[in-house]
Amino acid sequence: MAMSDLQHPDPNMIATDGEDDRDQPLYKTRDKVYPKRVSGYFRNLKWFALIALLAIYWVVPWLRWDRGPTAPDQAVLIDMDLGRAYFFFIEIWPQEVYYITGLLILAAIGLFLATSLFGRIWCGYGCPQTVWTDLFMLVERHIQGDRNARVRLDKSKWTLEKIWKIGATHLAWIGIAMATGGAFVLYFNDAPTVVVDVFTGYASLAVYVTIASLTFSTYLLAGWGREQVCTYMCPWPRFQSAMLDDESLIVTYEDWRGETRGPIKRKNLVRGEVPETGHCIDCHACVNVCPTGIDIRDGLQMECIGCGLCIDACNEMMDKVGFPRDLVRFDSIQNTQLRAMGKATHTRIIRPRTIFYAVILTLVASVMMFGLLNRSVLELNVLRDRNPLFVRLSDGDVRNGYTIKVLNKEQATKTYALTVTGITPTQMQVIGLEPNQDGSFDLDVAPDRVGSFRVFVSAAPDSLDGDATPFEFKVTDRKDANSITYDTVFAGPKTAH
Amino acid sequence: MPTNVEKDQVSGRETTGHEWDGIKELNTPLPSWWVYVFWVTIIWSVGYWVVYPSWPTATDYLKGTFGTTNRTQLHETMANVAAERAPYMERLAALDVSEVVNDPELLNFSMAGGKAIFADNCAPCHGTGGSGNPGFPSLQDDAWLWGGSLDAINETLHVGIRWDANEDTRLNDMPAFGRDGLLEREDISDVVQFVMGYSNRATDGDAAQRGAIVFEENCAACHGDNGKGIQELGAPNLTDAIWLYGGDQATLTDTVTNSRRGVMPAWGDRLDEETIKMLTVYVHSLGGGQ
Repeated sequence: MAMSDLQHPDPNMIATDGEDDRDQPLYKTRDKVYPKRVSGYFRNLKWFALIALLAIYWVVPWLRWDRGPTAPDQAVLIDMDLGRAYFFFIEIWPQEVYYITGLLILAAIGLFLATSLFGRIWCGYGCPQTVWTDLFMLVERHIQGDRNARVRLDKSKWTLEKIWKIGATHLAWIGIAMATGGAFVLYFNDAPTVVVDVFTGYASLAVYVTIASLTFSTYLLAGWGREQVCTYMCPWPRFQSAMLDDESLIVTYEDWRGETRGPIKRKNLVRGEVPETGHCIDCHACVNVCPTGIDIRDGLQMECIGCGLCIDACNEMMDKVGFPRDLVRFDSIQNTQLRAMGKATHTRIIRPRTIFYAVILTLVASVMMFGLLNRSVLELNVLRDRNPLFVRLSDGDVRNGYTIKVLNKEQATKTYALTVTGITPTQMQVIGLEPNQDGSFDLDVAPDRVGSFRVFVSAAPDSLDGDATPFEFKVTDRKDANSITYDTVFAGPKTAH
Repeated sequence: MPTNVEKDQVSGRETTGHEWDGIKELNTPLPSWWVYVFWVTIIWSVGYWVVYPSWPTATDYLKGTFGTTNRTQLHETMANVAAERAPYMERLAALDVSEVVNDPELLNFSMAGGKAIFADNCAPCHGTGGSGNPGFPSLQDDAWLWGGSLDAINETLHVGIRWDANEDTRLNDMPAFGRDGLLEREDISDVVQFVMGYSNRATDGDAAQRGAIVFEENCAACHGDNGKGIQELGAPNLTDAIWLYGGDQATLTDTVTNSRRGVMPAWGDRLDEETIKMLTVYVHSLGGGQ
């Protein structure tokens, strides 16, 4: 190495261990990927996932679920104005947002479990980025033709035909993107109503902004971003290797059988001779179909989303040339090595790692299920007045003010009896209500609403225990005796004794 | 612009021609996309001149095409708020204040609105939430100088207390017994002892007895024979536990000697009927309303 190289390192060059990487710049222009059409088992799986997932996305907001006249009849709805989330038989209030935490934990553990079992099937089949990119590529192929036609089209001069083809592709993409953004708002509004509002111009600004931003991001990520989102933006590929072990199923190339790769010699085929080279005929079919543009023969790599399309492509080729299938296959690294040694393979689904994930998954799911099944339908919150802490009345008594909030989570109007225990009030008032014979008050709360009441409690100073006397409010459902208490304090002067 | 641009031998890039101790600075221009965005923002700014009020002219200024200014936007927003409140305001105007509290919707509207109005106009003296300050009565307790019913509160709000500009104002005047020489020091001391005796706090029984006569001759006309006060006159009850200025001997002596003359503006001259109704409902709901 010349001395001058050491003295003047180019800031744009990255220094690595390998000599060959020395000149690799930090910034790399994207090599556009032109995935070729392919058919086979994994492609069919991917079509199925695509149709199923898109159908779920666009159909679910239209499902109805009868909750009675006091609640919306949309099966899945997040009502931001009122602060309610409905999911079939489940209804969640804002203070129960921890269920979402549980849901996120379930999703994460589920992802870990699936990855340890089947590799990156989420990336290859389930992730919205994959699904929408797949859909966009389908549209692209229908308008511009398959791989070779698209490469030619991109290289050709701008003709009327090229303008038309590229323009139509982008228009179709924008159309899909708008339908995507449009469907998102259905989950936050009554679907039939908001659709009419959107087209008649009566929907809220938030709705239009949401549609516009999701339309833009869908178009950008699925049309332009594609594999760059997975490679550069998404954190998941960076640490998914932590979930994998030798027994995880991944897309893998059997190099013991494929190497030394090389073009097939016709005379070998004709004579039925075993070729001197490996089974890989170096046709690049696996590379050409890859949606992220990598070569699976380089082994498991971060860019691989595990979709298995290369398997379909390779099998098609193997069938044509008469070699056994599954040169690229969906299997564990361990099995590949066993096969290379000529031993019998075995696939263990149940191993410490999967057991661990499965146990956590079951645990979190059970806790959430228990929480949901035992969800209280009645809650009580008491806000004590702090300004002033207490009021001296003309007869020397001390009065405290409270704002009581009763949460009625049932779809029926409820009447609750309000009482206090732990203190002997000389007087108790609820603004706007008359006391019952026994001194309790009847609080009416509308279905699925919070009832707010102003309550004043007066007590004689000598009945108080210093400047803070603990006591509790209690509300009892008049019908089913379901009750709940709230501990609070009664503030008084320091010299109350 | 140097005609002969020097190139860095290692990287092949142009240099700026600047050199420090043999280190030459590479010429790294701003990214072109950044420069384009910069120019676009300048062109964009021209649009602002057209749409919004911008350049001054000799006598006036350019108004902008749509007449959109922050001021007109504020007026629009305020008009929208007023329009949203209008149905409530109409009902408030039509109903008597005692009827307002029987309409749960109007009651809530008035309490919410009254709270904001109170904070803007009343809280400086009466304290936030009406908790009172020395000399400014608490509106949360059950002692009222001029009455704690909805109508009485409404009237007090309208005419104020000792507010000279309003001829119907609530008015009374306690004489400054000491300062004006109406009572001797000893008499004042005696009558203070007598008044403290109402709440069993007299320290000198003989003085209190002498004070009873002083009270009867000088105070009972307004505060009543039994010291319970007369609300029509705004004379406070001297027997309860509430003392507006303080109930200790020194403060009472001061009050009798120099009198007190608390003033409240006549809000009827400043606020409209509906606003005063909302305030009335709010103050009445603070806990002491009768």
